[in-house]
Amino acid sequence: MSARYESGPAMASEVEPAVVHGTVSQGRPHAEPTVPAERIALVDLLDRVLAGGVVVAGEVTLSIADVDMVTVSLRALVTSVSALAGSGAELPGARP
Amino acid sequence: MEPHGVWIYAITGRASAAGLGELRGVGGGPVRAIAAGELTAVVEDVGLAEFGEQALRRNLEDLAWLESTARAHHRVIGALARLGPLVPIRLATVYSSDGGVASMLADRDADFLAVLSRIRRRQEWGVKAYASPRSEPDDASAGAEAPASQESRAGAAYLQRRRGQLTAQKNARRQMLADAETIHAELSEHAAGARLHPPQAPELTGNKALMVLNAAYLVDDEHGTDFASVVTALAERYQGVKLELTGPWPPYSFAADEESEGVSERALRIGARDGV
Repeated sequence: MSARYESGPAMASEVEPAVVHGTVSQGRPHAEPTVPAERIALVDLLDRVLAGGVVVAGEVTLSIADVDMVTVSLRALVTSVSALAGSGAELPGARP
Repeated sequence: MEPHGVWIYAITGRASAAGLGELRGVGGGPVRAIAAGELTAVVEDVGLAEFGEQALRRNLEDLAWLESTARAHHRVIGALARLGPLVPIRLATVYSSDGGVASMLADRDADFLAVLSRIRRRQEWGVKAYASPRSEPDDASAGAEAPASQESRAGAAYLQRRRGQLTAQKNARRQMLADAETIHAELSEHAAGARLHPPQAPELTGNKALMVLNAAYLVDDEHGTDFASVVTALAERYQGVKLELTGPWPPYSFAADEESEGVSERALRIGARDGV
């Protein structure tokens, strides 16, 4: 069991953009992982980990919706995700 | 011992949290499970010197830190997604104790169970559409020749030509946005759920082409290949845009309940505003 997750980037490796004009080639959804997790475009990943996912009220949470607190380099990054991050993308009853 | 908090990755049904093995998380430590009722939160103990509130505010502005943390968060969620359905938790959610996590699970169990049921045996696929270079009218040539002309008539002709080009450009963009909406509508019909993300900024994608669609679709496991075929067909039909497919992803964009549909409308409006 030990090396299973360490060596296999799991889901990550399967996420590979693969399309050009008029044609689309699919990133092998059911194949064994061969592409390192690092191949995923950071911007696609941030769309998901910063703007996707459930917001729950952590006791030490830094909400990414709290964009005003996060400046400089992150500001450029969150531009693409802030609209979602600051919206109602959470479960009913969430206490951001 | 350094004060620590509890970083949450995802919430799963009880059975699927087994088999975490040697999986390492954002802080390099092992991940473990906190169970409450029918649910399990998968967490890691993290030092507050790096992952406390103040430290997070600072570290999230550090692009290298953000990238490695985002990738580590994703690595755990990706590995868990192979074990069974899960609700991904947004990056940088830290509790001070297991008790806090357990009571959160108890408070929200109906919501989480509803999401788990919706995303079961489904995966997320991403589809982005860019303006195809050939569908963007080129204005560089006219701009270059104009200053060489001294005649006022030539100047007027230039302005007229320029206006024509701008109109053509505007029309081309409007057409691309219309195509993007059609593509999104068609892909949505082949998916159990759809969400629009705001278009990504060119400085982040490294692609100068205008992004006219940045969407996520929740697709049944067994229909992933069919979905990709639909994307291929659409790419052939709409030559004015370039389509890019990513996935399969864990269901990040579908972790929240259905009520966030309004977000999609807003994202679409942002795309329209930026694009035309």
